[in-house]
Amino acid sequence: MALNFDQALEKYEPTLGLEVHVELNTHSKMFCGCATEFGAEPNTQTCPVCLGLPGALPAVNGKAIESTILIGLALNCSIAPYSRFARKNYFYPDMPKNFQTSQYDEPICINGYLDVEIDTEEGKKTFRVEIERVHMEEDTGKSLHVGGSTGRIHGAEYSLLDYNRAGIPLVEIVTKMIPGTDKYAPQVARAYVTELRDILRSLGVSDVKMEQGSLRCDANVSLSPRGSGILGTRSETKNVNSLRSVERAIFGEIERQATRLESGERIIQETRHFLEESGLTRAGRSKEQAEDYRYFPEPDLVPVTPSAEWVEELRATLPEKPSTRRKRLQEAWAVPDKEMTSLINAELLDVVEETVNLGADPSKARSWWLGEISRLANEKDVSATSLVTASQVAEIIALISSGELTDKLARQVVEGVVNGEGTPREVIDARGLKVVSDDSALMAAIESAIAAQPDTAERVRGGNIPAAGALIGAVMKATGGQADAAKVRELLLKHLGQA
Amino acid sequence: MIHATAAQMAHALSAGEITSVTLTEQHLDRISQVDDEVHAFLHIDREGALEQAATIDAKRSAGEKLSPLAGVPLALKDVMTQKGIPTTCGSKMLEGWRPPYDSTVVTKLKSAGIVILGKTNMDEFAMGSSTENSAYGPTHNPWDLSRIPGGSGGGSAAALASFQAPLAIGTDTGGSIRQPAAVTGTVGVKPTYGGVSRYGLVAFSSSLDQAGPCARTVLDAALLHEAIAGYDPKDSTSINAPVPQVVAAAKKLDIKGLKIGVVKELSGAGYQQGVREKFEESLEELVKAGAEIVEVSCPNFDYALAAYYLIAPSECSSNLARFDSMRYGIRVGDDGNRGAEEVMNLTREVGFGREVKRRIILGTYALSSGYYDAYYGSAQKVRTLISRDFESAFTKADVLVSPTAPTTAFKIGEKSDDPLAMYLNDIATIPVNMAGIGGMSLPCGLAPEDGLPVGFQIMSPAMKDDLMYQVGGVLEAALLEKWGQPLLASSPSFGAI
Repeated sequence: MALNFDQALEKYEPTLGLEVHVELNTHSKMFCGCATEFGAEPNTQTCPVCLGLPGALPAVNGKAIESTILIGLALNCSIAPYSRFARKNYFYPDMPKNFQTSQYDEPICINGYLDVEIDTEEGKKTFRVEIERVHMEEDTGKSLHVGGSTGRIHGAEYSLLDYNRAGIPLVEIVTKMIPGTDKYAPQVARAYVTELRDILRSLGVSDVKMEQGSLRCDANVSLSPRGSGILGTRSETKNVNSLRSVERAIFGEIERQATRLESGERIIQETRHFLEESGLTRAGRSKEQAEDYRYFPEPDLVPVTPSAEWVEELRATLPEKPSTRRKRLQEAWAVPDKEMTSLINAELLDVVEETVNLGADPSKARSWWLGEISRLANEKDVSATSLVTASQVAEIIALISSGELTDKLARQVVEGVVNGEGTPREVIDARGLKVVSDDSALMAAIESAIAAQPDTAERVRGGNIPAAGALIGAVMKATGGQADAAKVRELLLKHLGQA
Repeated sequence: MIHATAAQMAHALSAGEITSVTLTEQHLDRISQVDDEVHAFLHIDREGALEQAATIDAKRSAGEKLSPLAGVPLALKDVMTQKGIPTTCGSKMLEGWRPPYDSTVVTKLKSAGIVILGKTNMDEFAMGSSTENSAYGPTHNPWDLSRIPGGSGGGSAAALASFQAPLAIGTDTGGSIRQPAAVTGTVGVKPTYGGVSRYGLVAFSSSLDQAGPCARTVLDAALLHEAIAGYDPKDSTSINAPVPQVVAAAKKLDIKGLKIGVVKELSGAGYQQGVREKFEESLEELVKAGAEIVEVSCPNFDYALAAYYLIAPSECSSNLARFDSMRYGIRVGDDGNRGAEEVMNLTREVGFGREVKRRIILGTYALSSGYYDAYYGSAQKVRTLISRDFESAFTKADVLVSPTAPTTAFKIGEKSDDPLAMYLNDIATIPVNMAGIGGMSLPCGLAPEDGLPVGFQIMSPAMKDDLMYQVGGVLEAALLEKWGQPLLASSPSFGAI
């Protein structure tokens, strides 16, 4: 009998473990000078070193070490004064040397933690996720299997290899086992990866794009019968390519494992692949017989020995924690929780802050970015920040405040900027979007409106102020929306003796 | 002038007595005359060498300032990459591979104007002590063509001993420069680990491999040493410090007051009678020159060979994993139906020779989970103990000495079926690699029982390579005076072979 999530949680307690791989955004690879640009022509960013040609030797990218130490410090880790690279030996065509240069028993950062906050029925709750290690390694190349129906190696006619990715610096962040999350396990996992992503972004060490693979998460889940204290066999789910998928994968895996256990089957130690469409996982490689990677210290590289002074210098450069920053901005802008969450989920916090820093009113900046600009972005299926810049939005907001633009005109300006018609100022000039502020021109329009609707004008004169709306509308229409409605109202009421 | 020393050739070139093109042609002619018999070379780059020689000649006529060895020819061990030139490492696996890049040693040779004649034969991937493990057939010892020229760098040593080149590059993981030098009556130096860049040296055992100079005199070796040594950011293990002044040391010809330590564990039982005799006679020469001889003990050297045969195979099992037919070298069995893994297996089955496979299996086993601590882990501890033995010995002596190899050159085929007997050839050279210090072998006479050359080994502390050149220079000069001519002048390979 299949157990749903709630039923599963009644009987079992989940334990999580999360391994996150982050591609660093260094300009060159981990052990050679090759470029690391995403999406370049296959095999154009390679050299004897990252192709593993006979005789070639690695040389460590100092920037990658610096980035890794920064990550370790941001995750409250100790930085090892002596750490080494090791070779992880296994054969695979996309791995040029048939060993991966990684770190094994002497990683650079150990014993950290990350506090994550989630919403629960009892309000906000903080979980501490303990970090076991942060270590450096190199990425592999990519295999492209051609001719099969699935794009997988099985059934393919032949495979193509692209070594552009081979040797790109990777940092692996491994948590200790995370017990006690109970029914919040999926949320805690998502919150952890989210917080980690925000930290990495604030450090500027990675593009952290899950969809491009620059941040990849493997989620380990095991269940133990409630109260038994016996840790179950774990599965490791790969191919989790979005924050939402992290949550779904763990949710699904808890249901799957509970269902198996309930029907008397055992959990197999294996890797599983997350299937985006169904939210389910598919069995992959069995890990029952542990592969022997024959790790040994990399003899081609000298140990990494960062001085305490250097580590402290790096610590001093750590930016404000994303969680602290969110609290600070929320208070400063007086934003309700819900809207703050929307801003964060829409990944607009940075750009709104930038817009505010350029002089815009916080509530206006938020509403433009979350409203009109996000709407246009959704229409075009691109990110809001790719459409306009913070300074353009700040300029438009300033023009509204000074009365040069109305909200309605401003929307046209945004549209023009988005369509590539130039800067806000150029769009205003080209489209002739000036607010009509010349009183005599407005008065002429008002008199025409009164002449066209004499009865309405009479009712206003008689004290029916709301009736003025129809006349104002007519004026606005006549001026093509370029009049300031408040100004029109003021002039009209005065003309009709009601001001 | 093929029988001259490299220093003499360099002098003649700069004095305008000969051009580099002529000198190169003389060597190419010699190669055509004798190498069918010796088989020192796997590839001759006639065109490239002559072109390089002509460039140097042009620069010289234009009055450009040139490096000391500019225009002098050299033979390159086939384990170093040279752009566009076949590099096989003596293996079928790399048949037809032309590297797209120069090793740092080759870059330095080229910039010093040294003319590269071609690539020399070697035991496959530098694994062996006789050059019999080459997939392209053995090299013959110019002193006696039925004998081995040592290994793995037998090609480079034989090229020198048969006057096909005055200089050569070797690599030494457990004695592959020094043991061939010993059995061919030539000079070979393994510099301090990290003294010469390994970038472009196809790795056998990364923590032990070291490229170095091979020559017919100590001074020639020193000149070549200075041309190839120095820090290289492409090799993380290369030492960022000034190169020891080895040329000045070789010319010093004074060792008065220097303490020379004889390593107790590297003589006596297992060493051929004539080897011991020549070694002891050389000690007398050093005493005459004013040195003090002391005996030192390095008890952990007894475990060096065993530890070496865990560390080197372990590293090689990983280093040679890259030969999988995917990107370079031969590919076997790719018929469109077989998967990548099967093609890898078939290629490695065909591409690697027996000794290479033996060591890959040994190393894979030694690194396996459950065996790592007992094998690789223990071997690393032995390595530390060997380093400590050296440290302690160097508090009692400035340099240490021993015979380079326990025997003179043996017959081709004699030890092919007995790997252990073969491994014992390196018993005196391996400790130097394990500790990363410098070691030199120079000829010290012919063993009376077989008339074959004996090598004298000098070991100096890390980055004090100048000390072994200083002692070597003195011993060489003393022996030259005693014999009245260089040892090689009495070799049958001096004339036509």
